[in-house]
Amino acid sequence: MSAQGKSETGSRSHTQGDNVILDVRNLKVYFPILRGLLRRKVADVKAVDGVTFDLERGEIFGLVGESGCGKTTVGRAIIRVYKPTEGTIVFEGQDISTLPEKDLGPLRSKMSLIFQDPYSSLDPRQAAGDIVGEPMLTHKMVKAKSEYRDRVDDLFRMVGLDPGMGNRYPHEFSGGQRQRIGIARALACNPSLIICDEPISALDVSIQAQIINLLKDLQARFKDLSYMFIAHDLAVVKHISGRIAVMYLGHIVEITTARELYRNPVHPYTRALLSAIPIPDPYIEETRERTILTGEVPSPLHPPPGCVFHRRCPAVTPDCSKVAPTSKEVSPDHWVACIRI
Amino acid sequence: MATILEVKNLRTQFRTFAGVVKAVDDASFRIDEQEIVGVVGESGCGKSVSQLSVMRLISRPGEITSGQILFEGQDLMKYEANGPEMRSVRGAKIAMVFQEPMTSLNPVLTIGRQVTEMLELHLRMTKDVARGRAIELLDMVGIPAAETRLDDYPHQFSGGMRQRVMVAMALSCNPRILIADEPTTSLDVTTQAQLLELMKEMIGKFNSSLVLVTHNLGVVARYAQRIYIMYAGRIVETGSCKDIFRKPRHPYTIGLLRCVPRIDEQEGKTLDSIKGLPPDLIDMPRNCAFLPRCPYAIDRCRVEPWPDLELVGDEHYARCFINPEEMQR
Repeated sequence: MSAQGKSETGSRSHTQGDNVILDVRNLKVYFPILRGLLRRKVADVKAVDGVTFDLERGEIFGLVGESGCGKTTVGRAIIRVYKPTEGTIVFEGQDISTLPEKDLGPLRSKMSLIFQDPYSSLDPRQAAGDIVGEPMLTHKMVKAKSEYRDRVDDLFRMVGLDPGMGNRYPHEFSGGQRQRIGIARALACNPSLIICDEPISALDVSIQAQIINLLKDLQARFKDLSYMFIAHDLAVVKHISGRIAVMYLGHIVEITTARELYRNPVHPYTRALLSAIPIPDPYIEETRERTILTGEVPSPLHPPPGCVFHRRCPAVTPDCSKVAPTSKEVSPDHWVACIRI
Repeated sequence: MATILEVKNLRTQFRTFAGVVKAVDDASFRIDEQEIVGVVGESGCGKSVSQLSVMRLISRPGEITSGQILFEGQDLMKYEANGPEMRSVRGAKIAMVFQEPMTSLNPVLTIGRQVTEMLELHLRMTKDVARGRAIELLDMVGIPAAETRLDDYPHQFSGGMRQRVMVAMALSCNPRILIADEPTTSLDVTTQAQLLELMKEMIGKFNSSLVLVTHNLGVVARYAQRIYIMYAGRIVETGSCKDIFRKPRHPYTIGLLRCVPRIDEQEGKTLDSIKGLPPDLIDMPRNCAFLPRCPYAIDRCRVEPWPDLELVGDEHYARCFINPEEMQR
């Protein structure tokens, strides 16, 4: 794998300059497995094993993959919940991958997270208004009490909640409303990037659309706000994102625009993922050709040699187990990591 | 095809401190031989409780207060929930696959023990014969090296594999009906596709019927022949899969179809979300429970009680007053 090829992976041909808000290069996050009395490292779980992509200001970037593919770990490494093992994360012109813990404060006012489970991600003993307002106090964003209160009320209205509900506790809200509280909290410090980690998968079908629409509306309102939208449901990711990266076992296998990914999927895994999603229309489903993958996702503790997908790949060649693929640009803005291309 | 299960006017309620929750309220449905039926709705709509009622698996504070469950000509409601008659039906003739493969297997018993238990109990097989049959079954559902895996414990299996074991167990006594309650919700997309294909193949092999309880419209569109749409404890619409998707007649069904992103949709499309929240099932008003969220509601909906299911097409019923032309908007 040439260093040259790697460093360009996933970057768009026309980019560079001020518009790139986040530039992740060759990011690796390994979790050591420690054994014995001396807690010696015996192996690594390679949760994220060399991913490269960038995000423009005001873009919605989707990261899609099955459980265990490392998509959540990528999100958490970007906000520095985890320290990257290798690689760089340049956020607004600054490399944050090696920043010491004490300097992370300002960074976290510019980036925020929306979590999957609205039941466990809100403190049950804190009133909704305090949950939403706390980030502003932590980051000393407000000077006067009245300013604080006005801002909390504003945030409530922004996400479609009645500001009068600020004194209520999380258990008094429905799942969808709790997720709105989570979104208001994420918006509190005027972040430039929000990482949405499976923000709708714990919600009911009719409520999911409300939250998707809210996220889209907010993004349209704050033009400079970028989202990284992490989810397993490709239909949802495609609906909301401009560009999408497909992850499999710690690697990005394909990056391109949402439209291109659906029209011209190139990587065999992307194709299988697309065909595994049933379309809610019996007439279409009747005649649809599908590729059903065999087997299961291998353990990131012992990833297969060569291409990590080769054992399940319907188009496998003898070389696939020997050569690790590098990402190639198959058409403008469309990067694929497969040796057959 | 002949009907094997017919449920008439089923009401299942839960007595709580806050009041009586009418989880299933006057639901009637039927399952024909060798068909795949979808039961669709959001959480709390009564789709699971209606199926658990068929299995007579409702325990206190829940109670089936009225209705008939006619299975092979007998009314299951006449039997004690834990009596010998019901036990010979449950698991053997009507089997169930649950949503959570992580919690529905006993963690302290080997997989083999759990599969053979069914065979020894219902089919009176000896230990050795049951073991042989268990290996065959696990092999059939695609568990590699079934013979050695029989002595493993559930934690040694992945989620998808556990769900395969559940399918093997459910089919072990050759049931007439397999009820799958959100069988793939906690699984990954590619595993989901594998498992649904497997279930379809297996019920074909065993000549069983399949009830797919799910909130995923894509899954029912692909697999079901008939569909029941449930909302707030009631069946609001039923019909053939194609009619429901092409000619939906209840505003809730229409809303559901429009609010899910489709992989094949045009870029830049906005989703029509259903406003508001599902209702509280305690103290439900007499009129339509969907009324507060319905974009087409007319005066009649506010005044009159919720209508019965009315014939709106070929084997297609809906519970709504509104003129279908009004819903074309």
